[in-house]
Amino acid sequence: MSEFEPKIVAFFCNWCTFTAADLAGTSRLSYPSNLKIIRVMCSGMVDPKYVTKAFLAGADGVLVGGCWPGDCHYINGNMKARRRVALLTEVLKQYGIDEERFWLRWIAASEGNMLKEVAEEMTAKLKELGPSPLKKMGQMVV
Amino acid sequence: MAKFAKLSFKKDELNKELAGFFKGMLENGAVDAVLAPMAQAQKGVRQTLVTSAANTEQVDPFAPVAAVSGAKIASSLTARSSGRKVAMVLRPCEIRALVELVKLKQANLDDVLLIGMDCLGRYENTDFTKFVEQGGTSESFLENAQAGKTATGDFDVAGACAICEFPTADNVDMRLCAIGTGNGAVFIEAVTQKGEEALDKSGIKAGESPSGRNDAVKKLVATRTDARDKKFAEFREQTNSIQALSDTLSECVNCYNCRVACPVCYCKECVFVTDTYRHTGDQFMMWADKGGMLRMPTDTTMYHLTRITHMSLFCVGCGQCTSACPNDIDLMPLFRTSAEKTQARFDYQAGRSVEEAQPMSVFKADEMVEVTGQVK
Repeated sequence: MSEFEPKIVAFFCNWCTFTAADLAGTSRLSYPSNLKIIRVMCSGMVDPKYVTKAFLAGADGVLVGGCWPGDCHYINGNMKARRRVALLTEVLKQYGIDEERFWLRWIAASEGNMLKEVAEEMTAKLKELGPSPLKKMGQMVV
Repeated sequence: MAKFAKLSFKKDELNKELAGFFKGMLENGAVDAVLAPMAQAQKGVRQTLVTSAANTEQVDPFAPVAAVSGAKIASSLTARSSGRKVAMVLRPCEIRALVELVKLKQANLDDVLLIGMDCLGRYENTDFTKFVEQGGTSESFLENAQAGKTATGDFDVAGACAICEFPTADNVDMRLCAIGTGNGAVFIEAVTQKGEEALDKSGIKAGESPSGRNDAVKKLVATRTDARDKKFAEFREQTNSIQALSDTLSECVNCYNCRVACPVCYCKECVFVTDTYRHTGDQFMMWADKGGMLRMPTDTTMYHLTRITHMSLFCVGCGQCTSACPNDIDLMPLFRTSAEKTQARFDYQAGRSVEEAQPMSVFKADEMVEVTGQVK
């Protein structure tokens, strides 16, 4: 049997983390293809529903990437995102979606290296945790 | 220093004495209107808006029923206020929900004289009808409930009430005290300056304070807190995975009654009735293809998780969700167990204070570093 490859839905902010992913690419850094990147304008626009939906649809992990506090293109969207992530983590945790499956990370546009590191770290962590517990449910929970 | 006024009553005359208090306030201009639970001409006890002193006779504030959350009624009266002063008699849970609505700018307390009643619980709507048919009255309820006897025949107070650790109200101008006041007497407590003025105007003389109340309240809170913790532990065990959660919600028919009944579900238009969730046939087919089958209608678990995310920070545990469910799903512990965790994360307590900012309405640059674990 081939090794379990986790599916990570990654919401990256247009200005920092997505640009970092671009930089990683143009710098010819390779990072795990487990990340399925969705570009959003700001981490602050990641509605908790998007994350809940991703998990219910069977994602093994969700990664939200935003600018460092103080660097947000919209001044403070990332700080709002941080509170929302904390809130949603508390909710998901109770229903068996471990907080280690749901990450928020600050990755600046210049930090292509860090993007690679975070992608590798999260993929490794999820391989250790194994597939999402929802996989056992047979059908999609939407 | 709070002022108390004792209201002694003869058998079957509790409501008559209370009516005198409300009548006095209306007649002497302490308020222009009273919103209080009142016996209706035909049947039932409902929150009723009274503007004429002559119509206060039917008040029944301690009737163990709350068909609709009073917080929602208070919101509808004050969000776009008439400017007339209203005394509102509400349960502690309704007041805590109202505090959250005030912060959401969906209610306004400027013209309100808030009166919180001591609450020993409420029966479900239909159970209350049976209770009345069996000859139950507010007086008999107060007496029996304080002796721990709320069960009557085949029903008991709502599950939410049995585990509610807030039998008394805070953030009020006045309180109607019935816990530990002895049979044959209730007390009116004036808490704020506004409350004292209203008490003076009502014509009821301030006097002794209820000596046994604090201890009785403490004892009741301890009993209910124990019951709460037990219920929470049991429910968490029962819902510790998405599969288990879906099983718990298996009878849900997506009617959304729980959010209609919820006093703190604050969106003007719920996303679940918008086009966002009006999926195309293709979409359903694609989901079905994933596992070869798809439970219909969809979005049930998604709906409840979204509701938890939206309102758990404001959940006051009133149990109107459970009461509203046509399929008897006990939703209250779902929202309360989540609320306990989310509110703790932000050191927040729903309904504790009007001044305390709602967690999602504020943020700081240098907080909650543990979320990312990154330090520059």
